[in-house]
Amino acid sequence: MSMADVIVLEDIVKQFTMGDTILQALDHVNFSVEEGDFVAIMGPSGSGKSTMMNILGCLDRPTSGKYYLDGKEVAGLSDDELARTRNAKIGFVFQNFNLLSKISAQQNVALPLVYAGVPEEERMERARKALEDVGLGDRIGHKPNELSGGQRQRVAIARALINNPAIVMADEPTGNLDTKSSYEIMEIFKKLNAMGKTIVMVTHEPDIGQQTKRILVMRDGHLNSDERLVHDYVQ
Amino acid sequence: MFNESIKMAIDGMISNKLRTLLTLLGIIIGVGAVIAMVSLGFGVKEQIKDNISRLGSNLLIVQSGGRTATGARIQAGSGARLTYDDAKAIEKNIDGIKYVAPIVSKGYQLVVGNQNWTSNVQGSTPNLIDIRDYTVEEGRNISDRDMDGRDRVCVIGKTIVDNLFPEGDPVGKTIRINKAPFKVVGVLGAKGQSSNGQDQDDFVLVPLTTAMNRMMGITYVNNITIQAQNENVIDGVQAEVENLLRIRHRIKNADDDDFSVRNLAALMDTMMSTANTITMLLGCIAAISLLVGGIGIMNIMLVSVTERTREIGIRKALGATYNNILLQFLIESAVIGIIGGFLGVVLGIGASYAISTFAEWKTVISVPIIIISVVFSVGIGVFFGIYPARKAALLDPIEALRYE
Repeated sequence: MSMADVIVLEDIVKQFTMGDTILQALDHVNFSVEEGDFVAIMGPSGSGKSTMMNILGCLDRPTSGKYYLDGKEVAGLSDDELARTRNAKIGFVFQNFNLLSKISAQQNVALPLVYAGVPEEERMERARKALEDVGLGDRIGHKPNELSGGQRQRVAIARALINNPAIVMADEPTGNLDTKSSYEIMEIFKKLNAMGKTIVMVTHEPDIGQQTKRILVMRDGHLNSDERLVHDYVQ
Repeated sequence: MFNESIKMAIDGMISNKLRTLLTLLGIIIGVGAVIAMVSLGFGVKEQIKDNISRLGSNLLIVQSGGRTATGARIQAGSGARLTYDDAKAIEKNIDGIKYVAPIVSKGYQLVVGNQNWTSNVQGSTPNLIDIRDYTVEEGRNISDRDMDGRDRVCVIGKTIVDNLFPEGDPVGKTIRINKAPFKVVGVLGAKGQSSNGQDQDDFVLVPLTTAMNRMMGITYVNNITIQAQNENVIDGVQAEVENLLRIRHRIKNADDDDFSVRNLAALMDTMMSTANTITMLLGCIAAISLLVGGIGIMNIMLVSVTERTREIGIRKALGATYNNILLQFLIESAVIGIIGGFLGVVLGIGASYAISTFAEWKTVISVPIIIISVVFSVGIGVFFGIYPARKAALLDPIEALRYE
């Protein structure tokens, strides 16, 4: 475990009990992600990549094993401590955007700051800037259903970045988008990564995975392969 | 965070107008009903108080009757007699008395020219006018000199004037009561109906002495009406009157009274407690509707939590803690309680006015009840919000995010 590792997983096991049978969703998984990396987790459905995402995103706890996020052990935290960790350290981007439909893009982006206790004026100002950064400066008052899929995902990215998190977790961020929008979103992720953001992305689309720097392939709860890609754009 | 939650609650209510309205309606009707019903109950109380005090406040009415020495019960007004002297003795010997009026009364036909009218003629002292709260509008009251002279004079009420003197101006004119001529010396101001529907203006007062000696030929009086100075001394006065009359009537210690004393203050107490019971009953029935309104809040909040499972999941993923979510939903139901409470107050006050205007029942709007019912409705909002809010706050973020 080097000091630059944002994520360190040690011997992570996650079991689900379904009636009498115990399902081993993650079976002694070990890996780490260093700061500034851009990782794709791939694998067929049922391979455990969603479970992995939930644990990495502090939405769930492993049955056993240790998880250090930004140098801090989080596997044994309480629900509220996990919530605070998510708020401070993690930015989520979901497949189906998960924006609140009744409030504006700006208010959506500002939402994590509400739970961080940031005063309203500052919240709104930061949200406006974040939306400008993803190219939606002219859409801050629109509600999610007035935006296209690509625009919605950009709002979600702005929201994920608003708290300046240690890591951005993207769960199939391009799964609901057409090819053009997908590539636009990937360009944003690449740009963020170039600016130093650590990004972990779950995807099952090989062409999307190929645009990251490192591909972890999961199968049956194991880490099957760990491949580092070399791109032209990485200098 | 707190302001934020209030704003979110109000935004949520606005975006679900019909549902919000229906939820509010339960509370509005509940609070409104409590206020209207209690106002009505207080109105009944006020009405009773009015009616009884219109009879004259702090009154004791002494009647002959009660029991004989042998234990046989006999009708009030018969048996051993109360006399004018009893009344004089009471007035002379007992402290705390404002007025004493011995009364005799009998129905007579009154004739003026070709007009006639049958009425109950009262013989009493001039005090009776004060005790009964009459005012002399024209002319004068009967006087002590009339009493001494057993003069044939009378004071009459509005109803008598209307029936016997259609052309008005009766003072100085003559009424034939039981064929004997009486001079009208005064006319009383109108008083309207009493609580039991009696026309209080159908009233003829003649001097007690005239009535006893020249009209009825009797030596006793039908009752002695006593007005105490205030409500604090009335029980003491009653005891002293009973004591004095036992001595004057030479009743042995073991024997029962041959008279009875009715205390209108005690009557008022009884009727007040009846009115209180009515108020409680009405209030309780209305409170049940408030409770039902509260259950309505719980119902809607539960639906709302289910409907917004995904929203809760998003908020939790973004860092909302248990308390954040709990507070958000509690504030929502409290806001429903507050808004419903205030609109209910408006409805309740409106309904009270409507009842008193259209049904002509007296209502008294009670500020403490308004405060209590608003506090209660907010309490109900919070109480019935706790369960749904807890349910929301305990949702698992992964499950909630997956919810469609």
